[in-house]
Amino acid sequence: MLTSQHTIMQPAIGLKPIRLPLFSSTVAAGFPSPADDYIESRLSLDEHLIQHRDSTFFVRAKGNSMAGAGIFDGDLLVVDKSLNPKSGDIVIAVVDGDLTVKRLIQRGDTVTLKPENPKFKEIEFKDGQELVVWGVVTSTTKKFI
Amino acid sequence: MPLALVDCNNFYVSCERVFNPKLEGVPVVVLSNNDGCAVARSAEVKALGIKMGEPWFKMKDLAKRHGIIALSSNYSLYGDISARVMSILSNFSPKQEIYSIDECFLDLEGFDPILLHQYGQTIRSTVRQSTGIPVCVGIAETKTLAKLANHCAKKGFAGNDGVCDFGRLSDAERSKIFSSIPVSDVWGVGRKHTEKLLTLGIKTVEDFRTAKPDRIRSQFSIVLARTVQELNNVPCIELDEAVAPRQQIMVSRSFGQCVSNLADLSASVAYYATTAAEKLRHDRSVASSLCIFIRTNPFSEKEPQYEKSVVVPFQPTDDTTKIIGAALAGLKQIYRVGFQYKKTGVLLMGLHPKGAMQISLFDEPESHAKSDNLMQVMDAINRKMGKGSLTTLASGGVHRWAMRREKMSPNFTTDWDELPVAFSN
Repeated sequence: MLTSQHTIMQPAIGLKPIRLPLFSSTVAAGFPSPADDYIESRLSLDEHLIQHRDSTFFVRAKGNSMAGAGIFDGDLLVVDKSLNPKSGDIVIAVVDGDLTVKRLIQRGDTVTLKPENPKFKEIEFKDGQELVVWGVVTSTTKKFI
Repeated sequence: MPLALVDCNNFYVSCERVFNPKLEGVPVVVLSNNDGCAVARSAEVKALGIKMGEPWFKMKDLAKRHGIIALSSNYSLYGDISARVMSILSNFSPKQEIYSIDECFLDLEGFDPILLHQYGQTIRSTVRQSTGIPVCVGIAETKTLAKLANHCAKKGFAGNDGVCDFGRLSDAERSKIFSSIPVSDVWGVGRKHTEKLLTLGIKTVEDFRTAKPDRIRSQFSIVLARTVQELNNVPCIELDEAVAPRQQIMVSRSFGQCVSNLADLSASVAYYATTAAEKLRHDRSVASSLCIFIRTNPFSEKEPQYEKSVVVPFQPTDDTTKIIGAALAGLKQIYRVGFQYKKTGVLLMGLHPKGAMQISLFDEPESHAKSDNLMQVMDAINRKMGKGSLTTLASGGVHRWAMRREKMSPNFTTDWDELPVAFSN
């Protein structure tokens, strides 16, 4: 029997490791480098864009129905499967066996996949229809060269 | 020590389904190297009665009738997803033993026994949400029982929620379940054991659990007697956290078409030796002997049959050229004219860490350094330009001996050019 004093502790999944700067100059020999007190690790785009390493996948966007949200054909989407999708999130959803990228909107019992481009139609899911969200899009990247 | 065995359901099929949702609810098999036999089956395929290891050509008719989708094995994909699943699972316990590509033990010592079942559910839902892979969890006092609990969780013998905690069952409930499971389903009980156990009247897990350990020890082995103890809640097999270094490296394939002449066989053997040597360097090991084998096709009963292997010892090395040399020398010894060969393979043995290598009296250190440099350059080029870009002449220069994997899915997570696509059109 579960009582109120039993609580399940959940592990923090895939938290970033703490990186400590390496002080490289040896003691005593000559002048220490004046930069030693200011050494910090170099910035990593992975750390910036990825919160949960094990559940983050890269997905290629195809088409322009999300242009209004800044997602264009060929963009690289960073998708975190571990996040619980909320209304207003941009998500990857499964529609007719294909992955699609849309904004998730929930109003009462109706869930809508909303494109961000007036040329495209919304997809509505009413009660009884199951919507499978594959992951939550956390950022998008674009290469110019 | 309560512990959990977490095992992925139909792992290879599940990996494929994560990136191709159209495969959901459809019968899917994943075939072994060279598209030979079924190595993973979806629940729908299991329901059709297709057994593990069944050759593809034998199920082709059934496949057509039921629309079974067959895929070549995509080990880059499975390897990456496995690493993700194992990393997530490692957060659930301070001690983890990764037992295979799709299963691991977690130590649950010190956890509140009342909460274990719910903890199992949390493990399941976390892995499912984070990776898309369904898993089952078996919880018990010993490794052998945890394996069995996992089996029960998968088959729904004790509830249908994918978690089975033997600690929650009464002795009577347990005995009842054990009486319905054949003894062959126990971890460590092989086919030969099963046959002999049956002659002694031991048919079910319950028969086996209640057998006298002394009797099992005298008639079988101390190992099997330990299994009986483990079934009685006495832990005999420790959790093994360290990954033991590989003892052997095997590379072998069946040919798509049979091969009869020595030149063709030599090229394939050189190709497998090359692959084996790459694995060896990846592990930072050296080998000191190899076994090479060739055989004809046992399924073509009208053809003359031949099978032979030989062990070739050599100075410890990780150099592709030396390993090819030894493999080809071995092949020459065992090759006979007049047979249609179906399969060859190279097994590297006597593996040691490279640092601990014994130098022979007449070795020249410079030649070692030269060989190391050559291999480093070769590996670097092949990593960057793709496998097989730089190879030895002996392996033929062509990819004729590369695996046949016609139905392979893209490398969704390990190749920038093969990422999954989300449509927004």
